[in-house]
Amino acid sequence: MTAPVLTRPAPPSWTRIARARVLLELRLFLREPQQVVFSFAYPVLMMVVFGSVFGANEVSPGVSFSQYFLAGIAATGIMLTSFQAVGMGIAEERDRGDLARLQVLGTPPLAYAGGKAGQVLLSTAAQLALLLAVAALVYDVPLPDDPGRWATFAWVSLGGALAGTVLGIAVSSGVGSARAAAAGIPALAIVLQFFSGVFFVFTELPAWMQQVAAVFPLKWMTQGMRSVFLPEQAAAAEVAGAWEHGRTALVLLAWVVVGTVLAARTFRWRRGA
Amino acid sequence: MQKDSLLPTTRALAADPREEPPDPGPVISIRGLVKRYGGRAVVDGVDLEVRRGEVFALLGPNGAGKTTTVEVLAGVRRRDAGEVQVLGVDPAVGDRAWRDRVGVVAQTTGAGNALTVRETVDHFAAYHATPVPGGELLDLVGLGATARTRVDKLSGGQRRRLEVALGVQGRPELLFLDEPTTGLDPVARRQSWALVESLRAAGTTVLLTTHYLDEAAHLADRVGVITAGRLVEVAPPAELGGELRREATVRWTEDGVPREVRTYRPAAVLRDLLAAAPGELPDLTVTRPGLEDVYLRLVGVPEEAVR
Repeated sequence: MTAPVLTRPAPPSWTRIARARVLLELRLFLREPQQVVFSFAYPVLMMVVFGSVFGANEVSPGVSFSQYFLAGIAATGIMLTSFQAVGMGIAEERDRGDLARLQVLGTPPLAYAGGKAGQVLLSTAAQLALLLAVAALVYDVPLPDDPGRWATFAWVSLGGALAGTVLGIAVSSGVGSARAAAAGIPALAIVLQFFSGVFFVFTELPAWMQQVAAVFPLKWMTQGMRSVFLPEQAAAAEVAGAWEHGRTALVLLAWVVVGTVLAARTFRWRRGA
Repeated sequence: MQKDSLLPTTRALAADPREEPPDPGPVISIRGLVKRYGGRAVVDGVDLEVRRGEVFALLGPNGAGKTTTVEVLAGVRRRDAGEVQVLGVDPAVGDRAWRDRVGVVAQTTGAGNALTVRETVDHFAAYHATPVPGGELLDLVGLGATARTRVDKLSGGQRRRLEVALGVQGRPELLFLDEPTTGLDPVARRQSWALVESLRAAGTTVLLTTHYLDEAAHLADRVGVITAGRLVEVAPPAELGGELRREATVRWTEDGVPREVRTYRPAAVLRDLLAAAPGELPDLTVTRPGLEDVYLRLVGVPEEAVR
């Protein structure tokens, strides 16, 4: 049948395989209703709940609840489609033996990670577009018309999604079985949401919670998103009295670096091998 | 039976005649392989050579060390001792070019269940230097008609054939097949056998593991019997257990008590027996062990356990 080839060209480049993997990951994502509902549609659902419950109440003069929480919900969406979806997804693929098969195929780990990152960026972009459309059209949240704010939106989203992806890869190595991942990762994500001012106004949280949250990316993504969707004078209500873009960028970048190193050092194709 | 429909369209895939003649050295060479888990040796000093183009079966009970041996050979498990060369390369340091020459049939497609058969093979074509074209590959394993079926809708036998298709997609020189028919119904099992036969016909070296004796006897050019991490015998199926096979058992009943004698010279035993007997010898039989008896003795199952 498949007569062996004895002289053969070099295997395809890792970028070629990464491209194929992005398409594969997207296809699998769209065919997995659980993923679509819990990672993709969840922020829209949150928007509907917050928007319906708090309606046009104001957090502070000129800032509606919907507007304030849109920032946290957008940041949460990014965390779910990156960190949570990647962490749970890899643990499951490892349990199912899919990764072991990729290993014997000689898949470059970079191609695998590239496939995850590509899928995360594309699904995050689609998710945010949907979320903003619902917020603007249904809950009358004013969207910025200033390109500078959209630039902020872009780098906060990109930084958050990349940090989430590499941290998701890293956490999948430490978490063990797919069952443990399915229980532990969403729990961690929920706790971070409480601490980071997604469900409450951040400045009303106890100081120790704020300090714990400040270690993790979600708080900075949420704050960065507030600088996009809230009026300029709202900066004064922040803990530091400013949007702190420089520090936000630095924290996100640091997590991307730490996550990349952790992911590269701990990645395994098989459990216990 | 379905064999014909599965036989290769070898011509389209035949190796380029301008290519170098195959390296005459062994495809697999193992010296003193040891693998321990928590101090217990699962593979305990295995020596083995597999020649180019042969189908070699590692036969043994569950837990004998078959899968671990294959995992070491496929470069996914570290060994604790021994020399191993696969296609002239130490699998522990095998690079991507080496992996492309080695096919492994896994227990999963590696791309989840939500893809169709065709989507799955089209995706994995991107990983190989010289993949078999998708349609052709599916025809080879008899899945041409199920190309548009989702993987989770396949029967067990169809799934296994898809996994085999993915294993040979890169036209490997050496294929590892771990328990190719475990859990398959008899028809699917025969189809898998036909696939292995067509691989051999095309010149692919195959190392398969099995705990089915008839499978090893049917498919393999040579069989290595492995038990408790040791290779106790390597021989063509017909010659397996040479000494054991020549040993005959003479049984009869004397004064209502069953008697038996094991001997390499049953005629002499019979002569003495008949000379000494006053009349008929009830229940007189002379038997030689079948392949299964030989196997059970090789793997050290006490005879009382199977009687």
